[in-house]
Amino acid sequence: MENPMGLISRRGLVAGAAAAAVMARPGVRLVGGAKAATTLKVAWVYTGPVADMGYTFEHDEGRQAVQAHFGDAVQTHYVENVAEGPDCERVLRQLVESGDTMVFSTSFGFMNSVIRVARQFPDMKFEQATGYKTATNVAEYNLRFYQGRWVCGVVAGMLSKSGIAGYVAAYPIPEVIMGINAFTLAARSVNPAFRVKVIWINNWVDPGKEADAAKSLVDQGADILTDHMDSSAVMQTAEQRGILGFGQSADRSKIAPHAQLTAITDNWAPYYVKRVQAALDGSWTSGSVWLGMKEGMVKMAPYGPGMTPAAKAAADKAQAGIIDGSVQPFAGPIADQSGTVRVPAGTIMSDAEVLKMDWMVQGT
Amino acid sequence: MTVHVLVAALVTATTGATPLLLAALGETVAERAGVLNLGVEGMMLMGAVSAFIVTTETGSDILGLLAAMLAAAGIAAIFGVLTLTLAANQVATGLAATIFGTGLSALLGARFVGKSVVPLPRLHLPVLSDIPVLGQLFLQQDGMVYLALAITAGLAWAMAKTRAGMILRAVGESDTAAHALGHNVIGVRYAAVLFGGAMAGLGGAYLSLASTPMWIEGLTAGRGWIALALVVFGAWRPWRVLAGAYLFGGINVLQLYLQGAGFVAVPTQVLAMIPYLATIVVLMAMSSGGARRLQAPSCLGKPFRPAN
Repeated sequence: MENPMGLISRRGLVAGAAAAAVMARPGVRLVGGAKAATTLKVAWVYTGPVADMGYTFEHDEGRQAVQAHFGDAVQTHYVENVAEGPDCERVLRQLVESGDTMVFSTSFGFMNSVIRVARQFPDMKFEQATGYKTATNVAEYNLRFYQGRWVCGVVAGMLSKSGIAGYVAAYPIPEVIMGINAFTLAARSVNPAFRVKVIWINNWVDPGKEADAAKSLVDQGADILTDHMDSSAVMQTAEQRGILGFGQSADRSKIAPHAQLTAITDNWAPYYVKRVQAALDGSWTSGSVWLGMKEGMVKMAPYGPGMTPAAKAAADKAQAGIIDGSVQPFAGPIADQSGTVRVPAGTIMSDAEVLKMDWMVQGT
Repeated sequence: MTVHVLVAALVTATTGATPLLLAALGETVAERAGVLNLGVEGMMLMGAVSAFIVTTETGSDILGLLAAMLAAAGIAAIFGVLTLTLAANQVATGLAATIFGTGLSALLGARFVGKSVVPLPRLHLPVLSDIPVLGQLFLQQDGMVYLALAITAGLAWAMAKTRAGMILRAVGESDTAAHALGHNVIGVRYAAVLFGGAMAGLGGAYLSLASTPMWIEGLTAGRGWIALALVVFGAWRPWRVLAGAYLFGGINVLQLYLQGAGFVAVPTQVLAMIPYLATIVVLMAMSSGGARRLQAPSCLGKPFRPAN
C-alpha cells in the first residue's frame, strides 16, 4: 500500500454528538507475538482511524517504533475510532481486563475517563496526551506544536506579497488559539504590518466548508494559507489557486506539491520508547511533559519549491533559535486584538499561561 | 474589488448549494411517494466514496458518477426491502441506513484517504464565459451545477403535469386509494426510493469530485441532514427546494466571507443553525393552517400492506 499524505488530526473535541455516535466503531486489533508471562502489554487508544494520515497515524508510527525497538519484550496493540465520553471508559476497562498494564490515551477528550478508570486500577500505568490532569498512575504528555507555527509564521512574513495570510481554524480552544498567535507574532516579527484573517469552522472535519473558507480568504486578499483542521482541503485549495501554504500535523506535499512551503509534523516515538523502557525497568513515575523541537518531537517537513533561499535560511534560523531557547514565541510585549498589552516587555508567558490562552494577538 | 469578491462569493455559494440540491430533490421524490428515508447522509457518503474510488482507479468522471448513483441506490434498495417489502419502521431503518453508510464508506475509502483527483471540468464558452460578472456567474460552472438545475425543472414539470407524477403523488397522499385504482403502490415507492438514493449519491459525488476532490471519513459533514430539512423547507416542491438550497448554501458562504472580513457581529454558531431554524419556522407556518396546501404528503412515513 502506498503512503498517502495528508489528513486528520482529531484531538480535543468531538465533532458533535451525532458524529460521535456514528463514529463509535471501536475494534481491537492485536499486533505482536503470543502472550508470554514476562511480556509487557501496552495499548494505545485512538479517537480517529490509524489510516487518517495525520494525528492518529503519527501516534501509531510511535507505537510501531516501540514494537520494533523492544521486540518480544513488549506486546503492543491499539483500539481506534474510540468515541470520547462513556465509550472510552468501557474500552479502558476492557483493556485492563485483557491484561494490559500500560495504556497511552491520545485525545484530550479521553482525559476524564482515564482519571476515573486509573483510580480503580492503581497498578495500571496510564499516559494521557494533551490534557492537564495527572494522578500517581496517570502521566500527561503533549507537544509544542506552536513552535512549528512560529517557523511557518516567519516564512509567511517573508514570502507574502499582500501581507495577509488566511488561517482556517477548527474551534477557539487554547491549543488552536496559541497556534494562531504564534504564527501571527512570528509573521509580524518580520513584517510589522502583517495581518492574519481567521475563519472558524466549528468542526474538526468538513472539507467542503474548509475549502469554501479558504476560497473566501483568497478572494479577500490572502496569498498564503494555513489551517488547523483535520483534512487537507485548505492545502488543496491553495494548490488549485496557485498560492502558497503550510501543512499541519502531516506532510501534505503529495496533495499540494507546489503550494506547500513546509509542514509541521509530529514525532511521538522518542517519548513512547522512553516511557515503555521506564515501565520495563520499574522506574516509571507519573509526570507532565510538554515536548517540542528540542526533543526532536516537533519537526518541519522538507521545504517545498516555493521557498526562496532567504526564507529557507530564516526558517532554519528560527528552528535553531527555538531549539537553543534564544527564540521565545510568547515573549513580551504582546498586545491583544484591542491593543491592550497582555504580556509586558521583558516577560515570557509561562507554560500554564500559554495552555490557558483564550485571547487573540494584535494582527488577527 | 467589491464586485470581484461578491462574484467570487456567489460562485462559491453555487458549489455549496449543488450537493444539497441534488440530495434534497431525490428525497423530495421519495417523500412525495410517502417514504421518509432518513438515510440521506449515509447514501451521500456512499456516493462520495464510490465516485472517488472509481474515478481514481479508472480516470473517468462519468464512471465515477454512475458508481455513485449505483452505490447509493444500493443502500436505498436495502432500505426499500426493509421498509416497503417487510414494512419496517421507516425512521429507525433510515437512521440505520445512515449509520451503515457512514461505516461502510469509511471502510471502503480507507485506502484512498490523502489522494486527489482532477476536479470536474468547468464550462468554458469562448468570449461568452469571459463576460465580467454574468459570464463568470452563469457560464463558468461545472456540468453538475447545470444538471441539478435541469433536474429541478424536469421534476417540477413531471410532478405537476405528467401521469407518472400524479401517480407518484397519489401514492403518497392516499396509498389505499391508489391501490384501489390498480396502481402498484409498493412498486412506485421502490422506484421513488431508488431515485432518491441515486440523487443522494450524485450529491455526495459532487463533494468528492468537484467541490473538494478528495476522500476523508465523514466528508459530507452533515449535509444529508440539511438536505432532509430542505425538503420540508421547500414544502416538497422542487423550485422551493432549489430556492432553499441556494439560500442555505449562500448563508453558509456569506458567513465565511464575513468572518474573513473581520465582521463577527453574529456568532458563527448562530449562522450554522439557520437552516434548521428556518425549517422549524416553515413547519410552524404550515401547521398553523394558513397554508394547508403545503402540508406534508398524508401517507409520509406510514407503511403500506396491501390487503389482497
